[in-house]
Amino acid sequence: MAAEEKIGINDLNLWYGKFQALKNVNLSIPEKEIMAFIGPSGCGKSTLLKTLNRMNDLVDGCKITGEVLLDGEDIYYNMDTSLLRKRVGMVFQKPNPFPMSIFDNIAFGPRTHGIRNRADLATIVEDSLRRAAIWDEVKDRLRSSALGLSGGQQQRLCIARALSVDPDVLLMDEPTSALDPISTSRIEDLTQELKKRYTIVIVTHNMQQATRISDRTAFFLMGEIVECGRTETLFSTPQDKRTEDYITGRFG
Amino acid sequence: MELKEKGGQRAGGAPARPINRTGAFARLRSALRHPGSFLVLVLVLAAALFTVSMLLFIIWHIVSNGIAFLKPSLFEFTYNSINVSLFPALVTTFYATALALAVSAPVGILCAVYLVEYAKRGSRAVEAVRLATETLSGIPSIVYGLFGMLFFVTALGWGYSLLAGTLTLSIMILPLIVRSTEEALLSVPDSYREASFGLGAGRLRTVFAIVLPSAAPGILAGVILSIGRIVGETAALIYTAGTVAQIPPDVFASGRTLAIHMYVLSNEGLYTGQSYATAVVLLGVVFLLNALSGLAAKKLTKG
Repeated sequence: MAAEEKIGINDLNLWYGKFQALKNVNLSIPEKEIMAFIGPSGCGKSTLLKTLNRMNDLVDGCKITGEVLLDGEDIYYNMDTSLLRKRVGMVFQKPNPFPMSIFDNIAFGPRTHGIRNRADLATIVEDSLRRAAIWDEVKDRLRSSALGLSGGQQQRLCIARALSVDPDVLLMDEPTSALDPISTSRIEDLTQELKKRYTIVIVTHNMQQATRISDRTAFFLMGEIVECGRTETLFSTPQDKRTEDYITGRFG
Repeated sequence: MELKEKGGQRAGGAPARPINRTGAFARLRSALRHPGSFLVLVLVLAAALFTVSMLLFIIWHIVSNGIAFLKPSLFEFTYNSINVSLFPALVTTFYATALALAVSAPVGILCAVYLVEYAKRGSRAVEAVRLATETLSGIPSIVYGLFGMLFFVTALGWGYSLLAGTLTLSIMILPLIVRSTEEALLSVPDSYREASFGLGAGRLRTVFAIVLPSAAPGILAGVILSIGRIVGETAALIYTAGTVAQIPPDVFASGRTLAIHMYVLSNEGLYTGQSYATAVVLLGVVFLLNALSGLAAKKLTKG
């Protein structure tokens, strides 16, 4: 593997109550690349994504064994979740801006981590919005409510919000599934820009999307990773019969 | 666009008749064809009309009987048996409302925050608190009044006092505030909480910076309802705050609210007209509060 490992997942098992949602998952996610998780609904891809910033901690009855390493550090051992989530940002399936102004949406993260100075906040807000390619659309109305933006703009705002705390990793949970094709394509273009600075893990239901934007793809089935490799290889010459069946549309 | 022009031509220059309107004649025909649904229509209309006319009748009755007695002497600073001024009662009403809310709003809102945001959903503690609030909200207010008299007035020895009255009131409205705040918090989408946690915010910051502001209009609605109950309450106050017609100089003095003032006046039977006038003022206060709260809710939802 040429690139440095950013996230390492070793022998990870996860249960929701009695149901085992992830079985013996091993995966290495390289730095500054885009890793796509694909697979049918309920296969555990979103669950794995949420273990990477410990969002599963909030779920009752969730039990996890194994280890997840971020830059070699075990995130489930002696790591403050607040600092972890500062390093590993998340974008959700449905755009979820806070019901406040565009500026306050972006400033929420930095304020959480102790930045109060107005000038600093203004710089961060502008930088984040620029990186999420939405600055030009909103620069004249930073004080108006974020709920007035279109769905695609809201999602880019949410990406900007995730970038505002200066993370290394960006987790995206089907970020375009609620958007129209044009907004989707803008966000896909944006991911190519973002991977220069950030490591991106994206869950997608859309296999074309995975081929368009990702460097590597992991195929999930029933809580297991069936196959993982470079995206072109996985889609052109799948090693496993089940992967082939899924990507050729025989199920899922 | 094309279709519209065609329609215009057909009518020969005159504005086209809208095709999606039903005329009176067509309605009558449809009523005859479906007598069942026509009957239901009549019933719901009658029910709506009845409700509105009852309300209007009560307001008209009160205003027509009271307006003639609404004289400046009724608003003199001190009460005596000649002017039967309602001014002290008006001030006492505001005191009682403010004091009762000062106690029960923070307690009730924080209790709801615990139930929704901190306690595990469906846990035993939550069930217990929920059962308690439901039971409390079903108790008649006279029972609160008697409790207040036995506990605050007698056992603690405060006597008939504003403090005993307002504490009794705050216990009475607590369940109302807890329930409405709970509803308001539950209606805040989980995606807001997820987003906040996802940025590294803890529970405290998530609750106070995101969830509570989003729930503010609903919480306010509960507070307004409580104000309504306080302003209209008599049974819980007669035996706790007493009926002295004065502006209470401190919280250990007795005072009567507008509702109690009305009760006393009509009880004595000598000043029925002034009692109606008090009711007019009470109605005015309630309308004012409703309008203010509507404004506040609008402002909160906008921001």
